[in-house]
Amino acid sequence: MDAKEKKPLEKVCMICAKGSLEDIYATLVMANGAVMEGIETKVFFTFFGLDGINKETMLSLHTATTGNPAMRMPGGLPFPTMLGGLPGVEAGVSKMMRKQMEELDMPPVDEFLELITAGGGEIFACKLAVDMFKLTKEDLHEEVSDIITIGEFYEMCDGDRTQIIFT
Amino acid sequence: MAEKTIAGVQVNVSEDGYLEDMSQWNEDVAKGIAEEIGIELTDKHFEVLNYLREKTEAEESLTIRGVGKSGIVSVKDLYKLFPKGPLKFSSKIAGIPKPTSCI
Repeated sequence: MDAKEKKPLEKVCMICAKGSLEDIYATLVMANGAVMEGIETKVFFTFFGLDGINKETMLSLHTATTGNPAMRMPGGLPFPTMLGGLPGVEAGVSKMMRKQMEELDMPPVDEFLELITAGGGEIFACKLAVDMFKLTKEDLHEEVSDIITIGEFYEMCDGDRTQIIFT
Repeated sequence: MAEKTIAGVQVNVSEDGYLEDMSQWNEDVAKGIAEEIGIELTDKHFEVLNYLREKTEAEESLTIRGVGKSGIVSVKDLYKLFPKGPLKFSSKIAGIPKPTSCI
């Protein structure tokens, strides 16, 4: 045996507060990855992150084409900020990104949520943010198990092999 | 690389315990590996294992999403067959390399 005993993660709690394509997918990939590793997983969507579980918006998430220095043209040239601001450009670029993700077998957001819950992961929405955006449980995807306060979420994050990840 | 005897068969395994050569695999080896993990194999398990082996031979990438769409099991049932490691444990028992997919 190694001198250092391994202490594998037992629980991962994730908080997603941003609503761009990459923010939502980063959360989903990490959450699903944790479930696949047998780690207990809870995800809390708040503020603009609610777009990822709102049935109206979840399948048409956008990536920012302005103010995003990592944005490149196909072929690798820098993406001019002025171009990114033109009507329809952000929608077009986002659509292209979603298509490329699909080619890598990355599922659409609704199917991703189903993958996570199929393995026992749980999805929650933030009560304060739901009230603020005037949403109800009916606006949210079926895989969302409850609308809860941050206090209730923290209560679920107990255990000394638990990590909270904010994306 | 290490040598190991599983179900009377001499096999080469990686550091993580995955078979290095998928042709050294047979159903008894599968049962031996499954027992170490704590899974008792049924016919349904073998359907999944054979599917994974076929896909690996065809050099296609494996994801739980792909298994879910194969028509053999749903993702939910895949988790029931291989608790806490739907792709990891199934790959190990199927005698194929450690999965490189994140989905």
